[in-house]
Amino acid sequence: MKVWRETNYDSGAHSPERRMTATSRIRNFSIIAHIDHGKSTLADRLLERTGAVSERDMKEQLLDTMDIERERGITIKAQAVRIKYNAQDGEEYILNLIDTPGHVDFSYEVARSMAACEGALLLVDASQGVQAQTLANAYLAIEAGLEIIPILNKIDLPAAEPEKRAKEIATIIGCDPEDVLMVSAKTGEGTSELLERIVRDIPAPVGSETDPLRALVFDSYFDAYRGVVCSIRVMDGVLKKDDSALFIATNSVHDVAEIGVLTPKATPVSRLGPGESGYLVTGVKEIDKIRVGDTVTLSRNAGVVPLEGYEEPKPMVFSGLFPSDGDDFERLREALEKLQLNDSSLQWQPETSKALGFGFRVGFLGLLHMEIVRERLEREYDLDLVATAPSVAYQVTMTDDTVREVRSPQDLPAASERKVLSEPYVRAMIVAPSEFTGVVMELLQSRRGVMISMNYLTTERLEISYDVPLAEVVFDFFDTLKSRTRGFASFDYEPLDYRESDLVRVDVLLAGDPVDAFSTVTHRDKAYEYGRVMAEKLKELIPRQLFDVAIQAAIGSRIIARETVRAVRKDVTAKCYGGDITRKKKLLAKQKEGKKRMKMVGAVEVPQDAFVAALRVDSGQGGK
Amino acid sequence: MPHRLAGVGAPPSAYVHVPFCHRVCPYCDFAVVAGRLSDADRYVSAVVREIECSDAWEPLGAVFIGGGTPSAVDPKLIGQLLGALEAKHGFQRDMEITLESNPEDWAPEKAEGMLSAGVNRVSIGAQSFDPVVLAALGRQHGPDDVGAAVAVCRSEGFNSVSLDLIFGHPMETTSSWSDTLRRVTDLAPDHVSAYALTVERGTQLSREVSAGSPAPDDDDQADRYEATLEAMAAAGLERYEVSNFSQIGRECRYNRRVWAHGSYEAYGLGAHGYRDGVRFRNVRALDAYLARVEAGESARAGREALEGWPLELERMMVGLRRIEGVELGPGGAAFLASEEGQRLVHAGVVSQEGDRLVVTNPLMTDAVIRATLALP
Repeated sequence: MKVWRETNYDSGAHSPERRMTATSRIRNFSIIAHIDHGKSTLADRLLERTGAVSERDMKEQLLDTMDIERERGITIKAQAVRIKYNAQDGEEYILNLIDTPGHVDFSYEVARSMAACEGALLLVDASQGVQAQTLANAYLAIEAGLEIIPILNKIDLPAAEPEKRAKEIATIIGCDPEDVLMVSAKTGEGTSELLERIVRDIPAPVGSETDPLRALVFDSYFDAYRGVVCSIRVMDGVLKKDDSALFIATNSVHDVAEIGVLTPKATPVSRLGPGESGYLVTGVKEIDKIRVGDTVTLSRNAGVVPLEGYEEPKPMVFSGLFPSDGDDFERLREALEKLQLNDSSLQWQPETSKALGFGFRVGFLGLLHMEIVRERLEREYDLDLVATAPSVAYQVTMTDDTVREVRSPQDLPAASERKVLSEPYVRAMIVAPSEFTGVVMELLQSRRGVMISMNYLTTERLEISYDVPLAEVVFDFFDTLKSRTRGFASFDYEPLDYRESDLVRVDVLLAGDPVDAFSTVTHRDKAYEYGRVMAEKLKELIPRQLFDVAIQAAIGSRIIARETVRAVRKDVTAKCYGGDITRKKKLLAKQKEGKKRMKMVGAVEVPQDAFVAALRVDSGQGGK
Repeated sequence: MPHRLAGVGAPPSAYVHVPFCHRVCPYCDFAVVAGRLSDADRYVSAVVREIECSDAWEPLGAVFIGGGTPSAVDPKLIGQLLGALEAKHGFQRDMEITLESNPEDWAPEKAEGMLSAGVNRVSIGAQSFDPVVLAALGRQHGPDDVGAAVAVCRSEGFNSVSLDLIFGHPMETTSSWSDTLRRVTDLAPDHVSAYALTVERGTQLSREVSAGSPAPDDDDQADRYEATLEAMAAAGLERYEVSNFSQIGRECRYNRRVWAHGSYEAYGLGAHGYRDGVRFRNVRALDAYLARVEAGESARAGREALEGWPLELERMMVGLRRIEGVELGPGGAAFLASEEGQRLVHAGVVSQEGDRLVVTNPLMTDAVIRATLALP
């Protein structure tokens, strides 16, 4: 649910015809911050201060509206709000606040949102200082060539250390600590200065009304009544209602049913010119016809050069999702389809597991995305899911030099059929108090990381960057980091490239039968550890059976770990005489009921919970 | 070839419950009443009345007087119970009349009294010969009391002497159990019942285990059971049910009747009977039982009529505990045709022998019964 759907939709009948604003009086910017550093509160305060929203109508954190977004304090989708501001120079300015997803799981969307801006407010909590997510986003903003206004928030807190924190910011963006603006989004202190700085420091957009139209789609959203609604930023030219719009990447032409701006109430306009941001409704019902990052032009300008940076959404992390109750398979499919309406990055294909039945292999942009999707499926669609351990997509060069992508351990070709196996790497950024340097390094070394840099933000805190295989951070990394640094470290990552690795597939066999759900691809050095831990876990989880059950971990035909669940030796009621028969009968029948919650894996009965417990993903989300 | 026991030794029977005990043993979940032996006269009168008011049946071939501790009451009272039973149903010649007892109750005059009351088979609650285990089981007797009781019963001329044993208490050791087995076989009983100690809900033992006392270990109990099988076989005591062993021809006929799914009468508080496809049970509390019977009302607390498939499955459930198993019948055929049944056959737990289904690993009997009860 988004603001523009929740607020009463204004049909436009009473909207004054609006002239386009001169680019010199437009400022497009976003706010980038680590989670809980106060991004949404600052946005609220700016809206309130400029009168866009009255205090009475103010709904706290207006821009974050989805339940999960609110609970996790993150923003999944970008959107733009137009603010009118009468500056001290006597001019009226249009400030477009482009909201970015706070997390680099959505780094593509973050980058597209930034491409719609000329400036960014870099917001840092004055007590907590620079965190990994601050860094990741700041680097993206610098890369995007944005003018950065550094801000310390929450200066009203007793624990605030503005001078020290200002130095940290200065270190990462290379500014003077004096330039860091002191703000309390809560009390409003410093927001007037901030508005002036936005007007003064952020460059006005450039672009000509007379050039052919080029508008960037930086967000899209499916509305059940209006179809796909997208957020656009006009770079060049003018877009008018009833124009015939061409979406270049998908090569689809749609009439412009409506264009408008969010004030934050949706307000239709007749034209959007260079430097302006707003929304566009075409009536298109298929979300995949309109892609974030695409360029909109007019159908008569078919030859225009698209804006740079468009990419197909690319899932990074994969997990099998299976309904606990096999009857829920269709419900799971429907739920995924519904989620995909608003999330074109979500990809899936049916997957069959001997152990878990019918389900889907689902691709996610990253760890947080995976957590959010799983949570929404369980919460909004009331599904009880078993999720297999997250994995990554491997690139396999076969002996005949063809290249394949493998997204599931079961699909990995045999060692004899492949020449090179590569895995995705990420750049991990960790910010931690300096006393944890050794701990952090040790953890990353153990995860096959390669150190890239270490920078002291101040004498007490430092930033450490490592290149590390994504597969090593998708499982249990963030929790381990948090616990070893007593919660003081923050972590974020961005995708890098594929690198060749000595990887093997470890299979887990129960009584000689491989259990597909437990197969994993891992580095050869870690295969033994995985096999041992899995065998030990399963030994605890699998009840004793009629026969000894061998639990084995294997690489190909080579057994690398083994445990045995000894056969039940005694399963008999000692006494059964005249007085006991009815009671014993009920007891035994009840025990049999309990056994129905078992799944047969080959000849072995495995409790449903054992899959969940063995596959339990203890990893938290990156970036928090 | 059918087993020698198939179809033999299960005559019409009656069970009579005498609930009185000096004290309740911590593991016991039977219908027992501690410290009210003074009510025994009144209770027996009530049971006699219950017998008199019941429908006459055919002559009985076995009576089992269980408890509680029937040996704790005056033999005259036992004589009254047996007299009422004979008057109502008639007794077959050479019938079996069993009395459950505690070793410490067998003074010669008690034995003489019980014998003249008509009892001809005694079952003695020996439980163990390990003094530590006896103490832990809350028993009042010592190891030597058992031998003394057996000697008295033998010399007074009881036809058949059985010893009850409990194995697998956490305080028991492998060697203390083998010592118990040696002492048992030295006494040359006609019959032995050996039960694995079971933590029953609502007992003191169950509360102790919940509070952290060690629980009996299944694997240890399996070891003890196997040791028991060996020792019994060596002493000529053949296993004829999961927990029961006897010299040939000395099987307990009343129990054989129950496992053959035959009808049996039942009298007294908490007693369960089965007549013509109907299971019934009496009220369990002493005062409620007395009040009902003395007011001329029925002591029944519930009944369950069995027919069709549930009846067939119950036939298998009770019969599969026997060494000779059950006749296949429709239930056995369905079992062998089921996936779970085949798993159990392949695991060597149960097998088809001629027209019978036989549990070959008695320690896994419940796995077979569970699969049976789940047959659609």
